[in-house]
Amino acid sequence: MTTASPVLPVRSAEPSALAEISQETLALTRRLFVQLRRRPSTLIAGVLQPLIWLVLFGALFAKAPEGLLPGGGSYGRFLGAGVIVFTAFSGALNAGLPVMFDREFGFLNRLLVAPLRSRSSIVLASVLYITVLSLVQSIAIIGTAALLGYGWPGLAGLGLVLLTLLLLVFAVTALSLGLAFALPGHIELIAVIFVANLPLLFASTALAPLSFMPAWLGWLAALNPLTFAIEPIRAAYGGQLSLSTIVLEAPYGQLSIANCLTVLVLLALGLFLVIRPQLDRKLS
Amino acid sequence: MVEQAHSGASPLPGSEALIQLRDLHRSYGRGDRAVRALDGLDLTVPSGCLYGLLGPNGAGKTTALRILCTLLAPDRGTVQVAGIDALAEPRAVRRLLGYVAQEVAIDKILTGRELLQLQGDLYHLDRSKRERRIAELEELLGMGDWIDRRCGSYSGGMRRRLDLASGLLHSPRLLVLDEPTVGLDIESRSVIWQVLRQLCSSGTTVLLSSHYLEEVDALADRLAIIDAGKVIAEGSPATLKQALGGDRVTLRVREFSDAAEAARVQTLLQACQGVRQVVVNQAQGFSLNLVVDDQNVVERLRRQLAEAELPVFALAQSRPSLDDVYLQATGRTLMDAELAVAGSRDPKAERKQNMR
Repeated sequence: MTTASPVLPVRSAEPSALAEISQETLALTRRLFVQLRRRPSTLIAGVLQPLIWLVLFGALFAKAPEGLLPGGGSYGRFLGAGVIVFTAFSGALNAGLPVMFDREFGFLNRLLVAPLRSRSSIVLASVLYITVLSLVQSIAIIGTAALLGYGWPGLAGLGLVLLTLLLLVFAVTALSLGLAFALPGHIELIAVIFVANLPLLFASTALAPLSFMPAWLGWLAALNPLTFAIEPIRAAYGGQLSLSTIVLEAPYGQLSIANCLTVLVLLALGLFLVIRPQLDRKLS
Repeated sequence: MVEQAHSGASPLPGSEALIQLRDLHRSYGRGDRAVRALDGLDLTVPSGCLYGLLGPNGAGKTTALRILCTLLAPDRGTVQVAGIDALAEPRAVRRLLGYVAQEVAIDKILTGRELLQLQGDLYHLDRSKRERRIAELEELLGMGDWIDRRCGSYSGGMRRRLDLASGLLHSPRLLVLDEPTVGLDIESRSVIWQVLRQLCSSGTTVLLSSHYLEEVDALADRLAIIDAGKVIAEGSPATLKQALGGDRVTLRVREFSDAAEAARVQTLLQACQGVRQVVVNQAQGFSLNLVVDDQNVVERLRRQLAEAELPVFALAQSRPSLDDVYLQATGRTLMDAELAVAGSRDPKAERKQNMR
């Protein structure tokens, strides 16, 4: 240096926020994928479990009389949509677990002491990771279901299936991340996941149509978010892609594909708004 | 101009306060069970020095460091780093400092290098700078043999070195370490000490907490002794010891005395010429800690005790140490203070405090 410079302010011009946020988000997402690659059991279990569901449940009602189910078709075909949704749902419900472990082991403190441009990057990384993971699992299930003869929604149908799944995954991931910051530890989080998982499956139209259920259960199933994801996917498998197609005769009225997707969008937005204060409190 | 390894201009060492903590208060818990961790802590750390926070476990060192590093908000008080208000602009402060926490949080699945790369992205280093810094730190901390192994297989010393590397990756102006060598093997400890000295001589300000007297005595240019959430003494190790002056004598008339006898001996010796102070150390079986003018006083003490027909079980003499500074201020030794809190700490509650 040739000239003696005066003491400079410590802060220089800030680089672009977008560049910094994507740098930190990508790094955090990469970490989750490296973990997955080195410990692939979650992924393997996540694909294996729904396949077992498909094969065993499909076989359980294989001899059900033709025409019993609305729209005809075999039980395996009916079940496919339910299993796909349930897979994505379970995966997203577990989204909070890595975050909870980071809280417990103090890794989160390492992130919080760093000058992150936005601490939403931590949440965003989890959402990205779970979304990709769920889509990979779902595509594996859709492919296998097609091989098992349970049908194929076609390319446009596949688009509708993936869109529906994405909405559900966003909503459930938000819920799980909120729980991961609200609950005291992983034991409690696992307990909540355990309690929520199967009842939500049974109280939906994944395994049986509304017409099979007693009135009270029908009401529950018609209010269950899983049902709002299952029915559009089932319609896509039936080749019906028009948004105005009626997919559910709920006790409170008829629901179209558009209705179902709107409910899912509202649910995702609502849950993100609900968990926001919690995230702000823990991450500020 | 002074060549500096880190970014940002800084004035010459010692010329300016880099850290200013004022009147920090912080409690954990509510109501009757509230624990006061900080009780009006004031601290000024000059730029460019190696500063030690000495105090027993539970004195509030970790809480003070967590507040400084923007991980915890104080109930009251102000925090300034390089003139920036850390409570108002935490992100600007985070960029300036590297923090090496006491509990090493690493991702067991990642390799050391991957962890440092992640860290580099969190501090927004560009790729070339990041890789250059990793190579430098790999060399500096002797991590070459194991940096590409997964962190899960690391020993305590390796983890601590990796943590130090991740604190230094972005070349911070200020490095904050919480008990950096607790429970470490000798080799790792000496590597860490050496690195801290080097950093300091190249212009980085280092603030470390410790409950090891020897560590602070050997490393620190300046130190503050913390007890019950307050600074009770501050200065360079030499100044603090000199200020005390005299020699130390530890005396036991019997292996186990009682309070009455200790008080009697205290009165007796206090009257003795050349004795400046006599403190009864209750925690050490009512032994007596004396400050005397010089070593000739010891003979006089022995005669005095013989005339009063008191036995001498043990008598030891030494130059003042930092422990004596602590004893002077609190009436107990550092080790006794440690023992007193050892049973009353609740590791589970503390882990919860650190959890977000």
